[in-house]
Amino acid sequence: MSIHKHGTTGPGCAGSCCLKVEDLGVNFGGEEVLHHVSFHLHCGEIVALIGPNGAGKSSLFRTVLGQIPHTGTIQFQRAGGDKTRPLIGYVPQSPTFDRGDPVSVLDFFAAAVDRWPVFLPIPKKLRERVEACLARTHAEGLIDKRIGTLSGGEVQRVLMALALEPLPHILILDEPLSGVDIDGERQLLDMLDEIRRTYDLSILLSTHDFATLSQYADKVILLKHQVLRVGPPGEVLDSPEFKEVFHLDLGRGGER
Amino acid sequence: MELWNWIMDLLPFEWAGHGFMRSALLAVLVIAPLFGLLSTMVVESRMSFFSDALGHSAFTGIAIGTILGLVEPMWCAVAFAVVFALLFTYVRRHTQMASDTIIGVFSSTAVALGIFIATLDGGSFTKFNALLIGDILSVETGKIGLLACILLLMAVLWVGSFNHLMLSAVHPALADSRGIRVFWQEALFCAAVAVVVTVSMTWVGLLVINSMLVLPGAAGRNVARNLRQYHLCAIVGTLVCGVAGLMTSYYLGSSTGACITLYLAFYFALTLPFQRRRS
Repeated sequence: MSIHKHGTTGPGCAGSCCLKVEDLGVNFGGEEVLHHVSFHLHCGEIVALIGPNGAGKSSLFRTVLGQIPHTGTIQFQRAGGDKTRPLIGYVPQSPTFDRGDPVSVLDFFAAAVDRWPVFLPIPKKLRERVEACLARTHAEGLIDKRIGTLSGGEVQRVLMALALEPLPHILILDEPLSGVDIDGERQLLDMLDEIRRTYDLSILLSTHDFATLSQYADKVILLKHQVLRVGPPGEVLDSPEFKEVFHLDLGRGGER
Repeated sequence: MELWNWIMDLLPFEWAGHGFMRSALLAVLVIAPLFGLLSTMVVESRMSFFSDALGHSAFTGIAIGTILGLVEPMWCAVAFAVVFALLFTYVRRHTQMASDTIIGVFSSTAVALGIFIATLDGGSFTKFNALLIGDILSVETGKIGLLACILLLMAVLWVGSFNHLMLSAVHPALADSRGIRVFWQEALFCAAVAVVVTVSMTWVGLLVINSMLVLPGAAGRNVARNLRQYHLCAIVGTLVCGVAGLMTSYYLGSSTGACITLYLAFYFALTLPFQRRRS
């Protein structure tokens, strides 16, 4: 399935490693946001998280990222059986940059991946490193643009390149398709597939776009405070739980 | 200082012969880059209203220091401003309120407390008037040394944590996911602004000090395409306007702080037309 594995150069997992979430619960000030959430995420797999707004998708991501206290367990199992915290690349939801920000893609990227203070002239080596990282998502041409002037799809590409440095075990994308036009969506989905194949990592994303789910997702999780249904895209989209949650009788691809 | 006097002796200008002008020019040359540097992040993290509120709290700190009978109430003001800044950062991060609301609450409370203490027992407010306008000509050599130390400290802070500060301001969620402790970055920066505002308000003047924290960054933002240009525009702009303001105030006899501010406002107006052309 994978073209080449990272092996010694990065976190490697020959399909046998996985993220195990068992009986996860999250409380916000007495309100139960998530309860009894369990699922597995395997290497090289793209898993889509769907559910209505306020279902706890972003909270689930932030819990996996270790930003919110929770009950239950989140375990990461490497190929060798050794259990350590996984490296997680995170692309936050519809990031909005101020149009006037005097911050170029190079500034932004270099500040996140290196200690060199970016208000000083940037060494050639660092620039080349940033360029190489951006090339992973075909965004190297954007390096001197200001982040405020990027389109929705371009922002996603830059943030995705950033999430891939250092190369993570798991890539989490919070609604990567919102604010992206149809061409941009096609490009992003192709790129996700390319990334998954090239780096053999697991991708967990949330989306409201059900029409394209079956083209790229290996597994779909229907979430509304708890896991209502897990399975291949077709199965989940045809399930009675899906219809009930989204109040439709149209079946797959109905919303949006 | 001897080196400075030697340089001044070389200048053919009339003002260079006055000891107070020599000190004032040196002070401007230290204060200007300090404010230019801080202004880049004040504007970038949308804290211009906050730095204004800090000035008010600094005055309250002085009032408290005076009533405690301290010889140097400035240190009390620095401590008060730092506490104010940290408390503000904490409240902003831990409540759902908009930050301008919180600033309004803090700022008015601090001012009321200051006036309350200053006028206690029928005290007169006029002794604080000097703080409002400021007088850079009254600067002493020792204080310039202190300012220079603070400038050095800020440069170290900038080299050490500018990257994290900037990411926290531009995209907090992303910074958080990359292991940056956004709260402490903000707290550190707020405390730094608090120290600088409090230490320099005696010379710049409370009423106009915020302009030096906002205008250089705002002007730089109009023209800069990246962070290097941004810093260059802000710092060079403040230096030029600072020196020009000092000279103007010498020849016209008006307040130096106000002159510098007017030059900075002019600088901002000059850069404004470039804003549209850039994008």
